[in-house]
Amino acid sequence: MTPFSAIKRLVATTALVSALCHPALAQQTIKIGSVLSVTGPASFLGEPEDKTLRMYVEKINAAGGVNGKKIELVLYDDGGDANKARTFATRLIEDDKVMAMVGGSTTGTTMAMIPVFEAAEVPLISLGGAIEIVQPVQKYVFKTPHTDKMACEKIFENLKQRNLTNIAMISGTDGFGASMRAQCNIAAPKYGIKVVAEESYGPRDSDMTAQLTKIKNTAGIQAVVNPGFGQGPAIVTRNYAQLGMSATPLYQSHGVASKSFIDLAGPAADGVRLPAAALLVGDKLPDSDAQKKIVVDYKKAYEDGTKQPVSTFGGHAYDGLFILVDAIKRANSTDPKKLRDEIEKTKGFVGTGGVVNMSPTDHLGLDLSAFRMLEIKGGDWTLLAPGT
Amino acid sequence: MAEFFQFLMSGLTVGAVYALVALGFTLVYNASDVVNFAQGEFVMLGGMVTVFVSAMGVPLPLAALIAVIVSVAVGLLLYWLAIAPARGASAVTLIIITIGASILLRGAAQVVFDKQFHKLPAFSGDTPINLFGAAVQPQSFWVLGGTAVIVLLLYMFLERTVLGKAVLATAANRLAARLVGINITTVMALAFGGSAAIGAIAGILVTPITLTSYDVGTLLALKGFAAAMLGGMGNPLGAVAGGLLLGLLESFGAGYISSTYKDAFAFIVILIVLFAMPQGLFGRRTVERV
Repeated sequence: MTPFSAIKRLVATTALVSALCHPALAQQTIKIGSVLSVTGPASFLGEPEDKTLRMYVEKINAAGGVNGKKIELVLYDDGGDANKARTFATRLIEDDKVMAMVGGSTTGTTMAMIPVFEAAEVPLISLGGAIEIVQPVQKYVFKTPHTDKMACEKIFENLKQRNLTNIAMISGTDGFGASMRAQCNIAAPKYGIKVVAEESYGPRDSDMTAQLTKIKNTAGIQAVVNPGFGQGPAIVTRNYAQLGMSATPLYQSHGVASKSFIDLAGPAADGVRLPAAALLVGDKLPDSDAQKKIVVDYKKAYEDGTKQPVSTFGGHAYDGLFILVDAIKRANSTDPKKLRDEIEKTKGFVGTGGVVNMSPTDHLGLDLSAFRMLEIKGGDWTLLAPGT
Repeated sequence: MAEFFQFLMSGLTVGAVYALVALGFTLVYNASDVVNFAQGEFVMLGGMVTVFVSAMGVPLPLAALIAVIVSVAVGLLLYWLAIAPARGASAVTLIIITIGASILLRGAAQVVFDKQFHKLPAFSGDTPINLFGAAVQPQSFWVLGGTAVIVLLLYMFLERTVLGKAVLATAANRLAARLVGINITTVMALAFGGSAAIGAIAGILVTPITLTSYDVGTLLALKGFAAAMLGGMGNPLGAVAGGLLLGLLESFGAGYISSTYKDAFAFIVILIVLFAMPQGLFGRRTVERV
């Protein structure tokens, strides 16, 4: 046997083996892909998402899988880098041959991955916040988190009820802050809100007194809205109290909806209002609330499993995974195209983010009722009764 | 007028931190010609170690002391393990080594601590003090006072002690310093340890105001480096002036012009200064004696 024929035979055998094995493998497991920002600047999103997905895939498999098949989770960490996310997206499609993907922690990484999934006709359920992900609607793209537009509308609804119309905005210059700021400006006229002053701060800035002093000295401002996430809003809140501006209501976004915000902002957070998902106040919801059981169960499972406080971000991953699992069950298939059709038909799905009703024109499926208006009192969230 | 004082105080507070980081850059640069881009990581270490040690029940002053000791140890390790073995390498190589060290430290902090933001209680309460109509946090005075004390101590050390004079001599001419019997290795270790201590103290003082996390060092290193360049690389006085100036530029820029371009103002001014006087505001002109 010449070396050449040996190589030829080896190649042929490998090809044969892989050809035989691949469909077999595909039948045994359901391959779900995920690209999350587990490390890097957006790790506070990716980390709980990563833990949630791993935990629930394990649970589902321990309970016998979906339609008798085990789920195989292929998870990559993009470190918050959109370029890396795109590379991993291609790998998920071409090498791992996943049938759907739950992920993209941020809007940036999601937008980078969308073309890959659209071209491959594989459904993508994003965990990114911005509305651009699902507007305009793209055939294979869905998302679970509330949009910044909804958060603005929820805040404005509350302002309107309190007859506060002239507001100032101080927003982070990061992607989240900039996007929400834009959405608020679009939504404001609809609620008769006038944005009188606008300031911004860098996501790593450590002092916002200059911007807040400017707002303080602008006449006629009745409330201040702060789109942003991370440590910025906590410092804004502290500076706000320092400057003695607490008489003017301060609204934060759902970007700060975690216990750590109250902790970081300290007593200055008292009286701050924000829209947030039901998950944050699960134990305070009335028993009649459709979401109560889901959010209480998820919170318990997450906190027991990870020994860390629950955040809404992990909840988005939970919703994404179970919307997909439900679709797989209904489709009784792992064909990406059939999955897509079933995801789009999701109706009355109760998740941590709200009750999801998707349609061909709405790939998010949430309405304003998904947000609860909260006020921080004495270092804890309180649920505001509608109309206050 | 109240507005002016508000901008002034917030600019000075932020600027004092930049000044301390710039001072660290200067100290190391003088002794070893290395621009140590891991300087910001010492600020992070100071804050994070204090947070975690005090969370274990250690009183704050002791926790702060431990944080300084840990940072100095890391600074010395950085010198002995990474800088000293590369002696004789080009400046660019050494800079790359420090950038690598900074990434390593940040990564290690992620694992050892966590990725959350943390706060420290203000040393003397949160009740703002009214100063000419500006509301100032008491912690700002701690930051400003701490910076003043450090600058003074460093000045005394460099001017009044034999060891300090050895550092200055090494900065002026390394070969000559060695010829008169100064132990260069000790001087360099001193510079790395000292700059780590300064950075750590900055981190401890400022954490009650700015919060801390594993990656606060990156931006501080950048701003501190800019401040050091503005003041004149290698001049301790220039570093302090550069830091305070940078803080004031940011604060007044955001307050009087537009917060959207806050960082841009500071960097534009720095660029203008460096175009006009490449050695920085207080940098010495290099005189080549032939």
